[in-house]
Amino acid sequence: MDKFTTLTAVAAPLPMINVDTDMIIPKQFLKTVERTGLAKGLFFELRQTPDGKPVADFFMNQAQYKGAQILVAGDNFGCGSSREHAPWALLDYGIRCVIAPSFADIFYNNCFQNGILPIKLPQADVDKLMDDAKRGQNARVTVDLAKQEITGPDGGVIKFEIDAHKKHCLLNGLDNIGLTLEKKSKIDAFESKQHGTQPWLYAQAGR
Amino acid sequence: MTAPRTLYDKIWDSHLVDIDSEGNGLLYIDLHLVHEVTSPQAFAGLKAAGRRVRRPDRTVAVPDHNVPTTPDRAQFVFEDEEARIQVETLDRNAREFGVNYYPMNDINQGIVHIVGPEQGYTQPGMTIVCGDSHTSTHGAFGSLAFGIGTSEVEHVLATQTLPQRKAKNMKINIDGQLGPGVTAKDIILAIIGRIGTAGGTGYVMEYTGSAIRALSMEGRMTVCNMSIEAGARAGLIAPDEKTFEYVKGKPHAPKGAAFEQALAWWKTLPSDDGAHYDTVIELKAEDIAPHITWGTSPQDVAPITGVVPNPADVKDEQKRAALERALNYMGLKAGEKLDTVPIQRVFIGSCTNGRIEDLRAAAAVAKGRKVAAGVQAMVVPGSGLVKHQAEEEGLDKIFLAAGFEWREPGCSMCLAMNADKLKPEERCASTSNRNFEGRQGARGRTHLMSPAMAAAAAIAGKLADVRKIA
Repeated sequence: MDKFTTLTAVAAPLPMINVDTDMIIPKQFLKTVERTGLAKGLFFELRQTPDGKPVADFFMNQAQYKGAQILVAGDNFGCGSSREHAPWALLDYGIRCVIAPSFADIFYNNCFQNGILPIKLPQADVDKLMDDAKRGQNARVTVDLAKQEITGPDGGVIKFEIDAHKKHCLLNGLDNIGLTLEKKSKIDAFESKQHGTQPWLYAQAGR
Repeated sequence: MTAPRTLYDKIWDSHLVDIDSEGNGLLYIDLHLVHEVTSPQAFAGLKAAGRRVRRPDRTVAVPDHNVPTTPDRAQFVFEDEEARIQVETLDRNAREFGVNYYPMNDINQGIVHIVGPEQGYTQPGMTIVCGDSHTSTHGAFGSLAFGIGTSEVEHVLATQTLPQRKAKNMKINIDGQLGPGVTAKDIILAIIGRIGTAGGTGYVMEYTGSAIRALSMEGRMTVCNMSIEAGARAGLIAPDEKTFEYVKGKPHAPKGAAFEQALAWWKTLPSDDGAHYDTVIELKAEDIAPHITWGTSPQDVAPITGVVPNPADVKDEQKRAALERALNYMGLKAGEKLDTVPIQRVFIGSCTNGRIEDLRAAAAVAKGRKVAAGVQAMVVPGSGLVKHQAEEEGLDKIFLAAGFEWREPGCSMCLAMNADKLKPEERCASTSNRNFEGRQGARGRTHLMSPAMAAAAAIAGKLADVRKIA
């Protein structure tokens, strides 16, 4: 997983609430056995009309948002399914940071597994960044994870909160499985204790 | 003496492998359910790192999301090459890593959240995960069950644990008796309508009260299934005699003395008197009418007797924009009476409502009636065993005589990953769990409702109040 330290990039606006995972990447793109190449499905049905023409005011179709790496969105972003294809598609397109008033739980966790920083901010701060983002190419925003600061195009600074452990893992690009395997003796100890108290969980033959 | 604890507190405490001073826990996972869509990258990751599955005996795999539901699947015929590759990849991974496996043409195959309980893998007090948000279904047994992403699937395969922070406790209490034609589906739609699609974010929700206790295990699974649609990490219902009776005798449930030992532990699980909940919501069963959704979020619900809401009544700009977008997408007008809206498709099935009780409820409405002209109605049993039992009871004949299609088990048109999907602007009465834009097919229009209501819609050719038909 790539580290996330600081990011200075164009911020793109997605001023919608309840953007669900089916909108982020529709089901027809989930039939892959790979993690890559999913940008082609990103916001597939939001960015084009039913007859396949680009939606003019959607950020992916606007020159000023080419290369955007930050997305500013409405409340409850990423609600719905557990599909990690949603952050994979965002990442494949180049998005490394999503800013919203709130996120759905599973999507939020999935972002951290892929080096994407999801930032929760009060609505007023998101509104301000949304205004900045709507200004297009001028809206270069800097996100500093170590300092937990967002610097807007006008130099204004917004602080954000983040779980210390998640921050540590993102800053260092740490692999969760590797970290957990360091606790192997604790897992072994748990299993031998549970084997004693709940032996039926250990007695099942395979099917 | 320890402080009174909730059911969630107890399961959390009994599965903690490790926790640091900042509350970052490592939770042991008792049961890991796996399907074809969210697992290939996880198995590939294991292989690349030279890792094995830590507890293949606690891992159960079944293809469900994109399997065909037509009879020719017995010959492994897929309309879609990519779907076939995913199913074959699961086949290969399941055998290579030695996990419990139910292949597509096994009588025990079905939707993973129906197979788990049916085979007795799902038991009270467990921690259960799956790379699928509707894993919350298993909370009906008093087990902590939640959906995870593919990276977490790989983590659980490799370590049988998951890093977690503890969620908050929410209690949703529903006392009283449901009226005629009102079901578990209407309870959960009413709850989501009340608290909203993010109302449960950060919480584990426990459903309590006499209306919940009165539900069958099937009904409880329907309620817990859609906890995620309220944003909750998981839904829970305390285990009781109905739960124990359901589990007893299932193929992978403990037997004999082991069952008695398990039972003694399961009986300690219900929340203690005086346990603390961070939020408590109360609903009265008598106030709940048959509900349907009218929009593109599960919180867009109304009683079938209601009308389409008016964006002009909404002050918040983003919410008004969302409502206008939803009505435009759904092809509905403000003020339109819901029970007059014509439909073209009906889908009865899914992990929400694809169990035997659901098919019985739909068949009771369909019996001796005909699907309206111009409506294509599909019944997709949730598993091979549900299908078999329904056929034993003659439900298939009732559906076929009424003009419904009778399909092979799978997720089918709940998420339209296989060939079962809506055409643009087709309107569907669906017993599934999500009415998102494009969920059941690009530009398709989904109205969520109970199996009885979906059958009523099939007969009427429009959204209909089952109480006026039955």
